[in-house]
Amino acid sequence: MMKIAKYVVWNILRSKIILAYTLFLFAVAFGTFSFESDVSKSIASLMSIVLIIIPLVSIIFTTIYFYNSSEFIELLMAQPISRKKIFFGEYLGVGTSMLCAYLIGIALPVIIYSADAVGFTLIASGACLTLVFVSLAFFASVLTRDKAKGIGISLMIWFYFSIIYDAIVLGVMFAFSDYPLERVMVLLSSFNPIDLSRILILLKLDISALMGFTGAVYKDFFGNSNGIIFSIAMQMIWIVLPLFSAFRIFRRKNW
Amino acid sequence: MTRPLLIFLICLSFFQAKAKVVFVGNRFPQKTIQAALNIVKPYDSIILKAGTYNCICAIVKIPLTIIGEANAILDGHSKDEVLLILSNDVKLENLTVINSNMGSMKDYAGIRVFKARNVSINNCKLINTFFGIYLSDSKHCSVTNCQSKGLNYGKSFTGNGIHLWKCDSITITNNHLEGHRDGIYFEFAKHCFITKNLCEKNYRYGLHFMFSNDDTYLNNDFRNNGTGVAVMYSHGLKMYDNRFENNWGDASYGLLLKDISNSDIRNNHIINNTIGITMEGSSNIHFEHNEFADNGYALRVWANCTNDTFLHNTFRNNTFDAATNGELQQDLFDFNYWDKYDGYDLNKDKIGDVPYHPVSMYSMLIQQMPHAVMLMHSFIVNLLDKAEKSIPSMTPNAFVDNHPLMKKYD
Repeated sequence: MMKIAKYVVWNILRSKIILAYTLFLFAVAFGTFSFESDVSKSIASLMSIVLIIIPLVSIIFTTIYFYNSSEFIELLMAQPISRKKIFFGEYLGVGTSMLCAYLIGIALPVIIYSADAVGFTLIASGACLTLVFVSLAFFASVLTRDKAKGIGISLMIWFYFSIIYDAIVLGVMFAFSDYPLERVMVLLSSFNPIDLSRILILLKLDISALMGFTGAVYKDFFGNSNGIIFSIAMQMIWIVLPLFSAFRIFRRKNW
Repeated sequence: MTRPLLIFLICLSFFQAKAKVVFVGNRFPQKTIQAALNIVKPYDSIILKAGTYNCICAIVKIPLTIIGEANAILDGHSKDEVLLILSNDVKLENLTVINSNMGSMKDYAGIRVFKARNVSINNCKLINTFFGIYLSDSKHCSVTNCQSKGLNYGKSFTGNGIHLWKCDSITITNNHLEGHRDGIYFEFAKHCFITKNLCEKNYRYGLHFMFSNDDTYLNNDFRNNGTGVAVMYSHGLKMYDNRFENNWGDASYGLLLKDISNSDIRNNHIINNTIGITMEGSSNIHFEHNEFADNGYALRVWANCTNDTFLHNTFRNNTFDAATNGELQQDLFDFNYWDKYDGYDLNKDKIGDVPYHPVSMYSMLIQQMPHAVMLMHSFIVNLLDKAEKSIPSMTPNAFVDNHPLMKKYD
């Protein structure tokens, strides 16, 4: 498994796209920190970028990589290696390289400029999001053999989590605005890894004072240790669930 | 004409000045301030030598000057008020007043002035007093260079730093008020002049007043207060060059204007507050050259405000420039600088050619559905805001600056 992972990492590094991605993130992060004097404000704008770019690049890059290496996977399958090892080796390889890119690109500048609770929440949330969307990409890629279709599914997944889900939430809010929705909102936000990350970061920022009563409910829920364990568990589920569903399909698949 | 005057003056010079000075101290006949108060005549002076004196509700009934030397301390022993002034023309200087009683039925004060004129309180220090300086029913008094730190018992057990009740023409200058319930509190105080004061870390408001008309506030600094500054039910106010800073919390604002009318607010700096200015039922207020920076909301103008004008103000780095709660908008915004403005200026007259709508769709949405804060900073909100900018449907059309400045006004 490790051998496969290592090979995957080398292969990805050779393609240079990951390097460009790292450089891009690095430039964006340094840019926001140096253009904005107030660190809390730059964390907020960096957050908006991280929450859109990281999931998008993670999911699309992984899907494309998976389809491109399908021949390599087929070759491995002809060898006496279990499918489990192949699959998780691939995941480990892609996940590690995406995570490295993220850590160098975003985490490094954040540690330099803002090494506090907010910064670390941002780093941790972004890292989780990277892994979540790599998992989702694996899930999308094993669904179909057609590359274009696979990328389409990935895009739809990204689109769903970053826009459609929030639109649905907005619709729910409109429809049920007469009811006390605070608890429901906490629940709804944890069903979307992007929303969950965003709220965790916002609660750590000064801006949380703007969030009024609903914000207080969030703070009450996510502020204590149970809430933190809950949100970590939720992110873990978002990593593990798509990955294992993908593995179930991958194991039975006819290549 | 000059001769009789000269004779009169010469005659005058034969009369001796009657006012005498009474020293209070360990080495003097008068060991306590009460003993001195018992023997003084009007317009005498009392000088307190260094030392701590018991002073449990000492009453000044005649015009007097009381001056403390360095380290002259009046200690109330937390029993009652410390100093009570019931006469006109009293001067207090360099006194340190400590330990008044604390109570929920009676407002114990360090120095209370009641029904007096021309009282001046200078360079006094109030430590651990429930109310600092309490003026009621008084006129033409001044409080200058005083410092007051509230009781150390915490939030629910502090009074106000400087408290005015039914006063007229009071000058309050250069004071430092900290750790009180309200730094400066006015009720029915007219024609007062409040300059260069610093109110910080008060539990409720830095400045709080009601029914206090025609007052002038200059160069004051209100910062880090629990909920900022609240002013209500008054008219004819002038607020110039004040700073409202760092009032950050769930229910904080820089300045709350409730039912204020015919007032003038200029050159103030409203910086880093959760809400810069909240306006409710206020009319005919003129805002000019104010700076709103780094606030959560710069302005929150309820729809029941009428005829207010905002001219040449600077709005920068606020999360939301403005919020309102209704379609109706009767205030005028013109020639302000908004850093979020993304219009253009073709004829280079430094005035944007496209009107600016300071109320974003999302800030409108939050007013109607507080739950929508869940989506703060999300992609969809940014998209909706952009869409709303090009085709306004939800934001009030009248809430508009038709001549947004391209550059900061200075």
